[in-house]
Amino acid sequence: MDFNRAFPRGLKPGPFPVAAARLKPRPFQARRWIKLTQGLLVAAVVCFSLGATDQQARFEKVGGHLMCTCGCAQALLGCDHVGCPNRGDEMDKLRQGIAGGQSDAAILDSFVAEYGAVVLSAPTTKGIDLLAWIMPFAVSALALLGTIFLVRHWAKSQPRLAPPGPVDAKAEDGMRERIRRETGTE
Amino acid sequence: MAALGSFALLIALALAAYNLFAGGVALRLLAVGGPARVAPERLAETARRAGIAGFLAVSAAAFALIWSVFHNDFSMEYIVEHSNIALPGAYKFAAMWSGQEGSLLLWAWLLAAYGFVLRLTHKTDVKLYAYAGTILAGVQVFFLLLLNFAAPPFSGVRGGIAPPDGNGLNPLLQYPEMVIHPPMLYLGYVGFTVPFAFALGALMMRYPGEKWIHITRHWTMFTWMFLTTGVFLGMHWAYAVLGWGGYWGWDPVENASLMPWLTGTAFLHSVMMQEKRGMMKSWNVWLIFSTFLLTLLGTLLTRAGLVSSVHAFAQSSIGDWFVAFMVIVLAVCLFTYILHRDHLKSEHRMESLVSRESSFLFNNLVLLAACFTILWGTLFPVLSEYFDGTKKTVSGGYYSHVAVPIGVFLLFLTGVGPLLAWRASSFRSLRRNFILPGVAFVATAVVLIAVGLKPWADEGVFYSTVTFSLAAAVATAIAAEFLRGAGVVRRQTGKNFVSSTVLLVRRSTRRYGGYLVHFGLVIVFIGFAGYAFNKSAEKAMGSGDTMEIGPYTLKNLGNTQESNPNYDSEFSRLDVYENGKKILAQPMTPEKRTYAVNGQPQTMVAIHSTLRWDLYVVYEGEDQTTGLPIIKARLNPLVNWIWIGLAVMVFGTLVALVPSLNPARAAVVVPLKRPIAGPAAVGVIGGGD
Repeated sequence: MDFNRAFPRGLKPGPFPVAAARLKPRPFQARRWIKLTQGLLVAAVVCFSLGATDQQARFEKVGGHLMCTCGCAQALLGCDHVGCPNRGDEMDKLRQGIAGGQSDAAILDSFVAEYGAVVLSAPTTKGIDLLAWIMPFAVSALALLGTIFLVRHWAKSQPRLAPPGPVDAKAEDGMRERIRRETGTE
Repeated sequence: MAALGSFALLIALALAAYNLFAGGVALRLLAVGGPARVAPERLAETARRAGIAGFLAVSAAAFALIWSVFHNDFSMEYIVEHSNIALPGAYKFAAMWSGQEGSLLLWAWLLAAYGFVLRLTHKTDVKLYAYAGTILAGVQVFFLLLLNFAAPPFSGVRGGIAPPDGNGLNPLLQYPEMVIHPPMLYLGYVGFTVPFAFALGALMMRYPGEKWIHITRHWTMFTWMFLTTGVFLGMHWAYAVLGWGGYWGWDPVENASLMPWLTGTAFLHSVMMQEKRGMMKSWNVWLIFSTFLLTLLGTLLTRAGLVSSVHAFAQSSIGDWFVAFMVIVLAVCLFTYILHRDHLKSEHRMESLVSRESSFLFNNLVLLAACFTILWGTLFPVLSEYFDGTKKTVSGGYYSHVAVPIGVFLLFLTGVGPLLAWRASSFRSLRRNFILPGVAFVATAVVLIAVGLKPWADEGVFYSTVTFSLAAAVATAIAAEFLRGAGVVRRQTGKNFVSSTVLLVRRSTRRYGGYLVHFGLVIVFIGFAGYAFNKSAEKAMGSGDTMEIGPYTLKNLGNTQESNPNYDSEFSRLDVYENGKKILAQPMTPEKRTYAVNGQPQTMVAIHSTLRWDLYVVYEGEDQTTGLPIIKARLNPLVNWIWIGLAVMVFGTLVALVPSLNPARAAVVVPLKRPIAGPAAVGVIGGGD
């Protein structure tokens, strides 16, 4: 059997080789259109799924910057308390913002406008909020540098041993003998 | 019983005030000398006995409250607010500390109990104990003033007519751990009053030498162990009850418990430098002062409503009392320090930047930086409101950026510190000690990247990779220390390896107990590092529906409702399959309860724990459109390691508390060639920590 004729390009022998053998090669034009359509379909599916993933990722990302405002002091995405009056509304607002094509900043601004700055899970990097971010590192760095400076200063100010002077061989022998005698070593 | 309780509290206040006054006068007389109508020693003894009697009075008040809870005495406001008839017995016991007044009574009782033990063991050092006992009495006076005038637990019910049933206990607190978590935390919080009292007393009396540190070491370690256990039990409670899938939400009240833990840990380390080399005396005194002040601040944050918190069940207006007391404590500490600071001069100075001393200093620095960061983050909403007029939120997103790097650096120091020598480390010893941990660090990082971790792609994965690698390095360093020591003992004694290791630990319990605590911390950090890989899925599930998460398939066997006198519950029964095979004999049952007495709903999480991860399933409520229960499943890697790490840390602390079998000293008789004048030539060899 001519293998190439029985299994045209793109088709491999499956569990029903007889059925496969019945397929006839299509004209070149038709095959090209089918491939093109297949390609477009795949591209569309990929685009849609990418969009979905992108939207979900954005939902997680922007939602991660928000708090639930019902007073439970939990993050919006982490709030799970039964019958929460605010979580649903906030999540809907977030979904609408993302679906409406708003930027992350615009979505967050709209939340601040509606619920106040307390809705953001962390201080911004503007105005006095910047202090929240800078202070821990500034204080740590200052303390670290101060400690290094202090320890180096202490280490330098340690009293040093006097440099060894000329050795009196007679006195040294006497001392060695005394050490041997007192410690009982040979 | 309410009358007995109130009376007992008044008597306790009078006794504590007498203890403070008589103790203070006696100590002043002893310090200045001169004639007195009553011998100061006798006056001090009466003060001590008043302290002991005070414990009995506070115990009577605590008993009266518990008795009233168990007997449903709804003529008392506190019992109405925090209990009800159907409340199970264990939770009735927990009702004692579920509210403001009861928890203050628990605080006062624990303080009285610590004071009772301290006063009974006063013969160790009568004068120092008298100072410490008097300072404890001062703290006790404050809490008893609160209990008698600001937050009395035995007040009558509003309106004067006792209702037939109470409002019940907050559903969040109806969990077995709530019976032990608050007492553990309070044992830690209150316990730090004892080393504080000894430190302040030793400074006031210009106590010669470092003996007070030896005396307080056990107190401090016990306290630290209880605080550690309390903090971790709180984490476990939050994980198992709050249902958000995490164990640490950087809530102000959680932060309040962590801050004294950080300064207390710093104190436990730096105090070794004072013991061994007479250094950092002022630093240590201020560390323990700060720790005590932070326990007060924590209590203030918990109760004053200063910052919003998920622990909003104990808020009241007693904040002003705490602020005033903190100012008084700070003033006393400052005054005493200024008066006696010349007594705290260091006997030695640091000789090298690469030494055990400097590693302790850096360890302290990092712990205090962590403490400052958390304090700053906790108080920033208050500060921003004051300066900016708008209240800000500071939650996990902030701390993961600022506190996590500090934590990772702390883990690094945990490994480095014990490898450095006292005074100065030579390059050779550094190379010898660091080569194995260094190899472990690099090898772990390479293996993790090879198996697919991409630390460059995500901040969480980056910190996790660094944490795993550091954990491997620190564990290697600790193992090397044990192996090296056990090898020496084996050569000395000819015992097998296990016996040699046990003997090694028993010879120097403090040192090797400390290593075990460090090892426990490594395990805890491994658990933390798993957080970056959490997964979750959510679905409205009818009977027969399935949901996939990680390798698991959850199949809903059905949704059921049940009732008991305390609550109604709705729950789903979920079979769990892994690769098509059922892995649990009993189905998981995530549950939603609605408490009968107050109608408050509460989720009860179902958790299947393995060393690899926790399958964490929450019954979130009902889907409004389909009427089906929404089931949220999470896969939380390595969480179990956190609780195992805690067990190792507690075990290590207990080992360190056991006296060493042999204080690492052995007498070696040197044979004499000929008789010499003077004492016999007996040399002493040995080591130490």
